[in-house]
Amino acid sequence: MSYVIDRRLNGKNKSTVNRQRFLRRYRDHIKKAVEEAVSRRSITDMEHGEQISIPGRDIDEPVLHHGRGGKQTTVHPGNKQFSGGDHIPRPQGGGGRGAGKASNSGEGIDEFVFQITQEEFLDFMFEDLELPNLVKRHLTGSDTFKTVRAGISNEGNPSRINIVRTLRSAHARRIALSGSSRGKLKLALAELERLKLEEPDNFSDIQALEEEISKLRVRINRVPFLDTFDLKYNLLTKQPNPSSKAVMFCLMDVSGSMTQATKDIAKRFFILLYLFLKRNYDKIEVVFIRHHTSAKEVDEEEFFYSRETGGTIVSSALKMMQEIMAARYPINEWNIYAAQASDGDNWNDDSPICRDILINQIMPFVQYFTYVEITPREHQALWFEYEQVGENYADTFAQQQLVSSADIYPVFRELFQRRLVT
Amino acid sequence: MTVSERKRQPISTGSEWTFELVRQYDREIARIAERYALDTYPNQIEVITAEQMMDAYASVGMPLGYHHWSYGKHFLSTEKGYSRGQMGLAYEIVINSDPCIAYLMEENTMCMQALVIAHACYGHNSFFKGNYLFRTWTDASSIIDYLVFAKQYIMQCEERHGIDAVEDLLDSCHALMNYGVDRYKRPDPISAEEERRRQKDREEHLQKQINDLWRTIPKGASKGHDQDNKRWPAEPQENILYFLEKHAPLLEPWQREVIRIVRKIAQYFYPQRQTQVMNEGWATFWHYTLMNDLYDEGLVTDGFMIEFLQSHTSVVYQPGFDSPYYSGINPYTLGFAIYCDIRRICEHPTEEDRHWFPDIAGSDWLSTLKFAMANFKDESFILQFLSPKVIRDLKLFSVMDDDQQDDMLVPAIHDEPGYRIIRETLAAQYNLGNREPNVQIWSVDRRGDRSLTLRHQQHDRKPLGDSTGEVLKHLHRLWGFDIHLEVRQGEQVVGMQHVPPRNEQDADSEYPRLDLVIPPI
Repeated sequence: MSYVIDRRLNGKNKSTVNRQRFLRRYRDHIKKAVEEAVSRRSITDMEHGEQISIPGRDIDEPVLHHGRGGKQTTVHPGNKQFSGGDHIPRPQGGGGRGAGKASNSGEGIDEFVFQITQEEFLDFMFEDLELPNLVKRHLTGSDTFKTVRAGISNEGNPSRINIVRTLRSAHARRIALSGSSRGKLKLALAELERLKLEEPDNFSDIQALEEEISKLRVRINRVPFLDTFDLKYNLLTKQPNPSSKAVMFCLMDVSGSMTQATKDIAKRFFILLYLFLKRNYDKIEVVFIRHHTSAKEVDEEEFFYSRETGGTIVSSALKMMQEIMAARYPINEWNIYAAQASDGDNWNDDSPICRDILINQIMPFVQYFTYVEITPREHQALWFEYEQVGENYADTFAQQQLVSSADIYPVFRELFQRRLVT
Repeated sequence: MTVSERKRQPISTGSEWTFELVRQYDREIARIAERYALDTYPNQIEVITAEQMMDAYASVGMPLGYHHWSYGKHFLSTEKGYSRGQMGLAYEIVINSDPCIAYLMEENTMCMQALVIAHACYGHNSFFKGNYLFRTWTDASSIIDYLVFAKQYIMQCEERHGIDAVEDLLDSCHALMNYGVDRYKRPDPISAEEERRRQKDREEHLQKQINDLWRTIPKGASKGHDQDNKRWPAEPQENILYFLEKHAPLLEPWQREVIRIVRKIAQYFYPQRQTQVMNEGWATFWHYTLMNDLYDEGLVTDGFMIEFLQSHTSVVYQPGFDSPYYSGINPYTLGFAIYCDIRRICEHPTEEDRHWFPDIAGSDWLSTLKFAMANFKDESFILQFLSPKVIRDLKLFSVMDDDQQDDMLVPAIHDEPGYRIIRETLAAQYNLGNREPNVQIWSVDRRGDRSLTLRHQQHDRKPLGDSTGEVLKHLHRLWGFDIHLEVRQGEQVVGMQHVPPRNEQDADSEYPRLDLVIPPI
């Protein structure tokens, strides 16, 4: 007696909880590995998980077992050259001998290596980072649904029965199925009435009619009052709640003073921010603005990889950002973030202009503005002007200095670690 | 009756499976199994994906289990091995329950599905139902319910006491899981209903008993004074988990219940640890026999048979001791060879067989085979049925590695003087008592520092492995007071271990303990 059951559609990820338990237990190991990976990886690598290895001794589950030593006699297959009573030298390293027993001894596995998914990787990476002012969207990233009534369906569960519609369709069915009989019944009743009045002695006809009438009544009654076919249910569908949207402006200086290495560091910073936002918003748009003496909106490819050189006028980029914001991203619908990277060079007269644009036209409307200055040298005018912006918008403005790519991650954390009162 | 005379009418010709085909093959295989009167539980064949198969692997043969990080670890390592192609997923996991649950993986070809059905649904299944150890130790009809109960109970504990507390406790129980069985006492079968009903009483009752045990009120001077000086427990206890469940002084009732759950699950797996060779050999013998019958009846194609044989051969492949792939004796190979040889001895006995197996040479092979399956465990099975021919075929030889000698000795090989010795040595190798260190609870200092003393009786001077200290720490966590382990050779103490550790010089000096550290359980 056998039953064949298709289980493929249910019981997926039975091990998810156990997997999470495992990650939870070894989170310190994993976090360390993740942080190393972040500083080591090239940024385009952020799209996949990571191989983590944990020293075997930290992960073993100890049991009582025999160690090596004493007198052990074991049987092995595949004898070719030995005869009874032979003495054989003890093999060095002792591998293979005495195997097949105590295989759970946990020896011989130095590293426990496993893979974590990108999701898990980023989780560890962004752990206890907080996006400030994240008021319009819950952090979990899970979609919220609202259930909406969406008409009537023939299937559903009993609690959702629509009584009115059900009875209406039952009624219609009864009419349809018993209509002709009812017509005949009506005629027969009228005939009977007439006979009783006009020919009260015509017993045979009266009897015949009465029989027919009772037959018809039985037939009409045989149509069930309610049939499963009539049941109508209120249909509910899930509609995703529109999650709030975010737009991220990336501003980068591509003037002659920016070396490829500096751009690389900036790139990493942007991508980190992008990934970070991607985790918190369903819909996220990115606007890339690059500038030297004039600003230009470009696509991602061009933003990171094309080469242009020239002087530097930072305000051009800020102006452009302001225009795009006004044109395309009304603040009641969009959370606006901006990240600006530069090596700090700017045409000196331009820095105060930048400050004014920021304070008056940009800062009031953005969730957060970060400025990173990628340079090992002293700060220049722009940095100090920006400091004034920071004084005015302590909650939503941050600036940091980066020297090498290894600084990105700590700086990034610092930028977003500030928990702001909303 | 040969196929050439009759026209072949195979059930299917392609390699793709469908549910209808699975049912058809199962019907045919069941029909043939009927012919051999294989007694089985009903089958529940579940078609699953590769990922679900990994889940099944990770839960170490339980169709559902409580949550624990170690199962996550199993899962991750399985997943890694599988994704890198180091291992194909073995295609058979089968659950000893009624109905017997077997898994078919959707990626497999029809031939493989048929093989798994024959192997698991008629091989393993009839072994579970027939072998005396399983009949004694497990109750196939109630295991699923019990596992559901265990899972729920442990989840409730996690809600009530926090995940960490439960996880630590389970870690400690797992470390002692192999010491959770009374080998010589028949257990009560477990049932979830019963458990639930008795649980409440048990909690209260237990606590009373414990309190009784540790009563520190001085007794009357004359009465019972000599009793106090007796060693307690009076007999050494091999079932360490049971002892802790009943007598550990500091545990909460729920912790005792969790220990009990781990103990019961250990008990459920106990027969499987002792019958691997027999069980896999039996299942392999029957898939081989049933598939060949299918072929002889013309129900499967030549291509199907070739695929089957390829898979069968890799299952019973035994690398030699000097091969890089060697990792001990393959239980499938050994078991399959012994069953096949029993059949040969019954059907075509030689002079040698008549001399070695006077009882079974020439007897009815099927009933002899079933007798062998039903009434033995690996150790006694090998001792009883390992024939000289199998020893010769596998070219078995023994090696004695004595750390007091400079080189190793080959006491016996596959020749006339060696057969018996090989047979006894190999059987001993499957004796659980030899495989696992003999560690028992020896005494408890009830009136003093409440320390617990264990004894390890060494066998052939085999030392304990290097994780012993960790296990003792776990034991300490459960017991709550000092743990001492004596290592003995015969009557001689050759070593001591203590948790918390102490210097060997102070081992005899008794110093008063002022700090009863309550362990963080």
